[in-house]
Amino acid sequence: MAQAQERELAVVIGLEVHVQLETATKIFCGCSTEGSEEPNTRTCPVCLGLPGALPVLNEGAVEAAVKVGKAINADVPERTRFHRKNYYYPDLPKNFQITQYDAPICQDGELEFTVESQRRTVGIERAHLEEDPGSLQHKGGSIDTAEYTLVDYNRAGTPLLEIVTEPDFRAADEVRAFLAKLEEVLEYLGVFDPERDGSLRIDANLSVVEAGEVGDDGHIDDDILESANRTEVKNISSHKGAEKALAYEAQRQKNAIQRGRAVEQETRHWDESRGITVSMRSKEEEKDYRYFREADLPPLEVADWKERIDIPELPDARRERFREEYDLSDEAADKLTSTKQVADFFEDVASEFDANLAATWVADNLLGELNYRDMAITDVDHRLDEIKRLVELVATDEITAKNARETVLRDMLDDGTDPDTIAEEEGLGKTDEGAVQQAVEDAIEENPDAVEDYHAGEGGAINFLVGQVMQKTGGSADPGDVNQLLREELE
Amino acid sequence: MSDSVVDPDEVGHVADLARVDLSEEEREQFAEQFADILSYFETLEEVPDIEREPELTNVMRPDERRESLSQDEALRNAPETEDGYFKGPKVS
Repeated sequence: MAQAQERELAVVIGLEVHVQLETATKIFCGCSTEGSEEPNTRTCPVCLGLPGALPVLNEGAVEAAVKVGKAINADVPERTRFHRKNYYYPDLPKNFQITQYDAPICQDGELEFTVESQRRTVGIERAHLEEDPGSLQHKGGSIDTAEYTLVDYNRAGTPLLEIVTEPDFRAADEVRAFLAKLEEVLEYLGVFDPERDGSLRIDANLSVVEAGEVGDDGHIDDDILESANRTEVKNISSHKGAEKALAYEAQRQKNAIQRGRAVEQETRHWDESRGITVSMRSKEEEKDYRYFREADLPPLEVADWKERIDIPELPDARRERFREEYDLSDEAADKLTSTKQVADFFEDVASEFDANLAATWVADNLLGELNYRDMAITDVDHRLDEIKRLVELVATDEITAKNARETVLRDMLDDGTDPDTIAEEEGLGKTDEGAVQQAVEDAIEENPDAVEDYHAGEGGAINFLVGQVMQKTGGSADPGDVNQLLREELE
Repeated sequence: MSDSVVDPDEVGHVADLARVDLSEEEREQFAEQFADILSYFETLEEVPDIEREPELTNVMRPDERRESLSQDEALRNAPETEDGYFKGPKVS
């Protein structure tokens, strides 16, 4: 043991996820939260921090926070309030950020997700409301070498919910799966727009401990966690980025420990383009923020809102219902509830056509072809009616499933044409019986050798003839029908 | 006031956090002044409690947009601007 060079090490990760809540206006004033090309056009005395301006809390932001609390099974305490966090940086016009400190709006929640087919539950310590700072541009160089700074306060005051997890993650891929699930839930709740730039930003705390300290259930004693030096990794803005950044940082710390060096307790910056984390100059300590009560905002008593506010059916519940109501496989139910939009579209199609057909079309054909093109349903959300029309063409036997899938759907996605036009241009309308009959007769006449083989009992001959007929009808005939017709004709 | 906790080092630390440059002399001077100010607050603590009005709770506004300032108005007090942005010294 004393001589062991390679120590078994385990990784411990906790997250702080900043989510921009989707409201019409900022958290403490009536300025729009919509992005703008023009800087400093969405500001007022409140979000510019002008003297004498008073913040008034946006009810919509509180509602959104309560919805999230409900979805993650958190407590909304009887009384919650705001604090000022003091730090001097030009992204904060007031030189303090209004946030929550000792009484956050959500406490003690949890989120269940699947990683590598295993169900995992991660504790949510708290979620609190705060205001987003403005955005800075460092001109004439990097943050260290810049000549000057340009400031845009359009974003300042956008409502943020900071969701703080317990240090329950044991690997970077768990973080990625958790974030995907969190985003899915937030989207279902309608409180979050994943398309908005910077709508999800992540800081992560990571430390490395002896593997022996991790219990079978993943539990690690608090004093072990306290004694391990951890780094805070900032500037992560996506699931993929989180997985990469934390895999890198875990390896960096393990390498240091294996070489007998101590891990420094510090803040590190994830440099996405270089794929590494770099040390940041040390920031203020917790006490330097000099938190104190925000006297301009009276306390909130919204515990009863949890009863009052309804939230929609969440992904897990919907998945379960899909499995039962539509008799779907686990895999199909998973795919069909991957986003709210996919699930809504499936239910829309299933309400008009056969549920199995709807499931095949949405889960396999549509999502498959979109995925192949690196697209998502959001890229075709204005064309869902056309896709439904395509399913209708199949359901009413106007074109074959194969043609619909391999020609029409692909052309629709590649060229942006509507299904009826493609079906007509490609001549995909199902061939009428007379034409099939003609093709059958022609095939028999043109291939006497195959006919002879058929009569001699050679099994492959019929398949050859079916192929000939299919070719003549441009693939629009039903192979089963053709087989039947050929046999009748050859008797 | 002899047991005041404010010393020149603490003044210096808070000044650093606020990005304010203070000379050694100023630190000494402000430490004394802070001590005085804090003693005034101690005097206030001796004021007897009075009946307060009940505290407000749940003061909120509906999520409805109001007109923002124009860019010109927003930037009017700024000493320096560029292309519609506030302009300031480099930060890190």
